[in-house]
Amino acid sequence: MSDRFYVGTRKGLFTVERNSNGWEIAKVDFLGEPATMFLQDPRDGWLYTTLTLGHFGAKLHRSGDGGKTWEECGVPTIPEGAEVPMMVFDDTGMPMSPAPQKAASLSEIWSLEAGGVDEPEVLWAGTIPAALYRSTDRGSTWELDESLFNVEARMKWFGGGKDDAGLHTICVDPRDSRHVTIAISAGGVWETHDAGESWTNIGEGLRQDYVPPDLAYAKDTQDAHRLAFSAADPNVMWVQHHNGVFHSTNGGQNFREIKDVPPAVFGFAVCAHPHDPRTAWFVPGVKDECRVPVDGKLVVTRTSDGGETFDVLRDGLPQEHCYDLVFRHGLDVDSTGERLVMGSSTGGLWVSENAGDSWTCVSNTLPQIYCVRFER
Amino acid sequence: MPRVTFTPNLRKHLDCPPSEVTGGTVREALDAVFTENSKLRGYILDDQSRVRKHVMIFVDNEVISDRNQLSDAVSPESEIYVMQALSGG
Repeated sequence: MSDRFYVGTRKGLFTVERNSNGWEIAKVDFLGEPATMFLQDPRDGWLYTTLTLGHFGAKLHRSGDGGKTWEECGVPTIPEGAEVPMMVFDDTGMPMSPAPQKAASLSEIWSLEAGGVDEPEVLWAGTIPAALYRSTDRGSTWELDESLFNVEARMKWFGGGKDDAGLHTICVDPRDSRHVTIAISAGGVWETHDAGESWTNIGEGLRQDYVPPDLAYAKDTQDAHRLAFSAADPNVMWVQHHNGVFHSTNGGQNFREIKDVPPAVFGFAVCAHPHDPRTAWFVPGVKDECRVPVDGKLVVTRTSDGGETFDVLRDGLPQEHCYDLVFRHGLDVDSTGERLVMGSSTGGLWVSENAGDSWTCVSNTLPQIYCVRFER
Repeated sequence: MPRVTFTPNLRKHLDCPPSEVTGGTVREALDAVFTENSKLRGYILDDQSRVRKHVMIFVDNEVISDRNQLSDAVSPESEIYVMQALSGG
């Protein structure tokens, strides 16, 4: 059970610990800077924080002593002369094909994950614009996954909430480190079985309602807001999609849409139970064009039966005039599946110690929260 | 020799004292600074070697016109200021 978690915010990285008084903020690093992504490597305890500096670009800092000291290390770079597509529509409302292009440049490191237990010091990073990078030296240097960067479909990808498409989810299969599944907003779900040498666009059954009907099931532009797999059974995957909730039992090859999710199927975050593949949590909002909790009441939804039914969990969460939104990386579950942490776009931070049945507010005055992660 | 001065706001990230360098263009002058301070490069230029969107560069009190190639001329007496834009915060 984890007694510590980290919160990446618009104004710094907060360390929160459980003591005799409950959960309290123990430390703030990088005060004033946008700490947009965080990783605690469970293999060696090293900490990594990405800073997305408004003026001076994306930076990566690491700590080998539990956050006592930090050093700046390398960042991914987009290849010289690379271009990304621009989303431009023709007179009929269809995206122009081929899409006009513009010069690419790294704007953000949007996801950061440790490699497998058999490949110490290996890290994966996903970026905006959408690209995948691998480091074999704890982030000192980064190598672009050229195979993914060169897939033809990349010129169809477009931004979801950001100007350019972004790679926000990296799932390293605990059974086989060379098997990696990623998700892109908006560029679909992809997997490799050879550590990134080749990629396959998976995700049959994902449906998008923000394109003309003929493109609804096109796999290469799906906006899976977040993808999560159960460590107990990595074949079980959950997607909180732009317009729905989806469930897979074959490693993301096929998804079924779950339409009856109270109070709404819209949201960004999803977490899967580490020991029970039937259990997952979501944080719903009204819908795409009204990104607030339904009726101003913040809730978490939980399924414990593989998506057949959902509990709406609200004990301890604000139930009146609440407009907190929980983004993709704003929800995490610890290694036991009992403790959850949730951070919002307006600085609300809540913890549950009973799998979401009830919640305790740690703070509602933090800066905008980008990511929360338990120590593992 | 042209003199390059950096916004004090950079000093919380890394050390970057004013430098006197050789060079006939902004690119040449900055490259001379980056030779001595390689980490500074990524704070001023993006990964395509263009001036970052929210960074402003002045040469003798004039904003440079070429943010991609940095070809604006500098003289031995030039004062180059690298500032952060008011946008981007």
